[in-house]
Amino acid sequence: MATLTLNDTHTAHHDHAAHGDHGHHKETFLNKYVFSQDHKMIAKQFLITGIFMGVVAMTLSILFRIQLAYPDESFPLLEMLLGKFAPEGRLDPNFYLSLVTIHGTIMVFFVLTAGLSGTFSNLLIPLQLGARDMASPFMNMLSYWFFATASVIMLATFFIETGPASSGWTIYPPLSALPKAMPGSGLGMTMWLISMVLFVASSLMGGINYVSTVLNMRTKGMDLWKMPLTIWAFFLTAIVGILSFPVLVAAVVLLIFDRSFGTSFYLSDIYIAGQALPNEGGSPVLWQHLFWFLGHPEVYIVLMPALGITSEVIATNARKPIFGYHAMVYSLIGITILSFIVWGHHMFVTGMNPFLGGVFMITTLVIAVPSAVKTFNYLATLWRGNIRFTPAMLFAIGLVSFFISGGLTGIFLGNAALDINLHDTYFVVAHFHLVMGSAAIFGMLSGIYHWFPKMFGKMMDAKLGYLHFWLTFISAYLVFFPMHFMGLDGVPRRYYAFTEFESMSEWLSVNKFITWSAILGAVAQVAFLYNFVYSIFWGKKTVQNPWESTTLEWTAPVEHLHGNWPGEIPTVYRWPYDYSKPGADVDFIPQTTPLSETMSSNLPHDFEGNEESERIQLDWEKENKKELVK
Amino acid sequence: MKISKYINIKSIFAFVAIIGLFVNNLFAQATTVAATAVVDPEKNAYIPKMVTYYLLLFLLVCIVIALIGKILSVYDLTKKVQGAKEGFSWDKFNGILFLLFLVVGLYGTYWSYTVQGAQILPESASEHGVKIDAMFNVTLIITTIVFVITHILLFVFSYKYSYNKKKKAHFIPHNDTLEKYWTVIPAIVLTILVLLGFFTWRDITNISQDGIRNAIHIEVTGHQFAWEVRYGGKDNVNGRKNYKLIGGLGGLNSLGLDLSDKNNYDDLTVSEIVLPIGKSVRFTLGSKDVLHSFYMPHFRAQMNCVPGMATSFQFTPRLTTADMRDKVNDPNFNYFLLCAKICGGSHYNMKFAVKVVSQKEYDKWLAEQKPLVTAAMIKSYQESLAKKDTKVADNKIALNN
Repeated sequence: MATLTLNDTHTAHHDHAAHGDHGHHKETFLNKYVFSQDHKMIAKQFLITGIFMGVVAMTLSILFRIQLAYPDESFPLLEMLLGKFAPEGRLDPNFYLSLVTIHGTIMVFFVLTAGLSGTFSNLLIPLQLGARDMASPFMNMLSYWFFATASVIMLATFFIETGPASSGWTIYPPLSALPKAMPGSGLGMTMWLISMVLFVASSLMGGINYVSTVLNMRTKGMDLWKMPLTIWAFFLTAIVGILSFPVLVAAVVLLIFDRSFGTSFYLSDIYIAGQALPNEGGSPVLWQHLFWFLGHPEVYIVLMPALGITSEVIATNARKPIFGYHAMVYSLIGITILSFIVWGHHMFVTGMNPFLGGVFMITTLVIAVPSAVKTFNYLATLWRGNIRFTPAMLFAIGLVSFFISGGLTGIFLGNAALDINLHDTYFVVAHFHLVMGSAAIFGMLSGIYHWFPKMFGKMMDAKLGYLHFWLTFISAYLVFFPMHFMGLDGVPRRYYAFTEFESMSEWLSVNKFITWSAILGAVAQVAFLYNFVYSIFWGKKTVQNPWESTTLEWTAPVEHLHGNWPGEIPTVYRWPYDYSKPGADVDFIPQTTPLSETMSSNLPHDFEGNEESERIQLDWEKENKKELVK
Repeated sequence: MKISKYINIKSIFAFVAIIGLFVNNLFAQATTVAATAVVDPEKNAYIPKMVTYYLLLFLLVCIVIALIGKILSVYDLTKKVQGAKEGFSWDKFNGILFLLFLVVGLYGTYWSYTVQGAQILPESASEHGVKIDAMFNVTLIITTIVFVITHILLFVFSYKYSYNKKKKAHFIPHNDTLEKYWTVIPAIVLTILVLLGFFTWRDITNISQDGIRNAIHIEVTGHQFAWEVRYGGKDNVNGRKNYKLIGGLGGLNSLGLDLSDKNNYDDLTVSEIVLPIGKSVRFTLGSKDVLHSFYMPHFRAQMNCVPGMATSFQFTPRLTTADMRDKVNDPNFNYFLLCAKICGGSHYNMKFAVKVVSQKEYDKWLAEQKPLVTAAMIKSYQESLAKKDTKVADNKIALNN
């Protein structure tokens, strides 16, 4: 029944698209490149803004890494660049905290949420599902412009007197609520909050669009179990976002009230700067509950699209169906549901009732099971494959490696008893930079290399891609692996310097090593940026299906057109992972090839219990066997 | 139409570049102005030279890389011209690199475990910490095994199954038995870890009423950027306090003690935390301003200090400072307390000395500590009481009239 209605909408869309092609409305610079409502252009806007923000956040991290490696040295260049934020060539401790805060905020939200989901959900949902565009192109456009505004506001905080927000990306009150507590909690914090509200609005508009597109606008034959894993991942990510981001807005609004209108949601019993504040009865722990109710699902908002992209890239380049497609989907669904009931593991030692700590510990370790299933399925997909090492594939394998390394340390941190001594140390920093930072960034880079031909109609240079991958992969491990051991020595995070603690001085040489590895990693990104920009303008032209992939986006012409397909939207007949099927002449069968054209390679489960088709197949096999016998 | 589009993009690019140049000039002027105003220009004159030098160095590296790239493609072409079946196989190359990465990576992990692993915290100085460490070791062994095996599989597969024109991948979409195994086995291992962890956690956090009563009571209050510590004194009870009284009594009441509570008068103020070995200590934690975190890594003890809500952590020290000095073979070793929750500019600078000694030494030390409530505070308190009395009396007269 649903399919019937679907077909109707499609014909309607088709008509509209046909009009569009024939110059129904004039394309100007403004509505093509700026206020575009085309999902492919919006994807590119998200991508380029995301990359820009990523470069900014990476630069910030190099600045604070220099401080950690050379706490006693002065760098006049820093003073020249940063002025009063680095008096006499040394970072100001408050500005150091600003750098840490904005690095985290930009990376988590602006790069790995908007840059990743925004780019690939927008690009792939319509193209892989066979839709002309998003459910609401206008809202899609708004979503980008809210994000762009939020980015500008966030970056603008570097140009104000008191500097950017500096109470950590989790902005725990009272520190973030009281301008007297640190300079960054003044105007910088206000702008951070405004920026985040806009960001959440953007992300909600995007999310609602993704969900409604996936549910309503799939092409004929594309039932849920024929969707590529990328779409499953984007779909579930969008659901997580829609359910958790509003809670952050609620928390932020309460914080704005506390900061500006004298309420006491998070404040109680505070004596600061020689003055007892009138606020009573609030609780800073309330903020932590609200924040992590978003904050933990956010980790999966960041990671799940990366896992989806990896599934697609690994299957395509291993020339093998993804192992355990159903298990992959169910583990994504499992992660989606569980992600909402694990937030308390960030709060084992915050004064939360210890009994709750025990409960959250159980739910947290349960979430490791679907993650383990995913890992094993990736390994099984590689097994006996025929692996083409495109840059995208390299990054996908890198992701699997980071996902394992970072995931395993999560088992330590999810254990309340072990967390007592690991909480807020470098062990945590190492853990999340591997499992969500590096893994998600690698997923994003993998996606960029893989779908660059789709986005820009050009190929990226593979050799530069290899160089980029190997330098980044090695430096990421060199940066984050030693941090585990610092954490095990009780070295706390967000420390400006360790000079006050003699026992930590033994880590100074390690800190220098980490900083130089980070600089190597940062320089390696130049290879990517050069490759990216050069290829957009002067890259080799691509063919329609450069990776010999089965999914729908590669059936659309290289030249972008509004409405994606020139004629009718393709119909889907099979699941997206028919690679190297025995009996087929080529090692990939696109989703648009009907089963009737591939009689020699059909398998019993392809018919999904349709008796008529099974009978036809049996008859055909009998006949052909006879021929073989003759 | 296609061509015009390209012209558009390029001209836009050029336009942006030109604007960028202008802006750059403006900024450059601005910075030079700022530089002359704030810093001695002579002092930083070498910076532009230095930056140029590094940029040139970087460009040189880029050129070398580009050259290598060109040489490789020339090599590739000549091979093809010579009629070799295939050029350079990048698939093979990356596969070999993965294998190399595996070998070097495993050695690096081993090196990290032994060299950097030797730099981590010494054995736990508290009794519950021994359990935590045991739990840690179990988890470490399990995760290391999984880490090594999965990485061997990942990179060996990458090497072994790298692209070969003649081969075809093995079509195997799923295998229910295998999938059942690798769902159930991690689930069982995790259940064991969860149960172990759960009971350890309950042991640490669930302390009987008797256990609480018999512990030595110490109160630690964090503020930007120091700790204030008071011992319960003879009655082993820390008296009531109220944040609104902070700074009262002529500025002497730094903790906001409520002097109407008799329990306050025997509380002791200390400049370092001294603990007797083998006796349970209960730390009651609080904060005057923002969140802090009471973290004593050697005792595996951490708990946040929350304004408006008392938190606590209780443990029993098992090694004296002297014992630990022997164990780590460092005569200068000392325990310490630090702040682990970001709390402002000097967050990194909240060290407080901690010492564990024998019962005898502890008793001697405790006897030397001064009460927190000084004679001056009592005097000021009584004066304020007297004032209040007259005020109340005045009010009564006023009311009567």
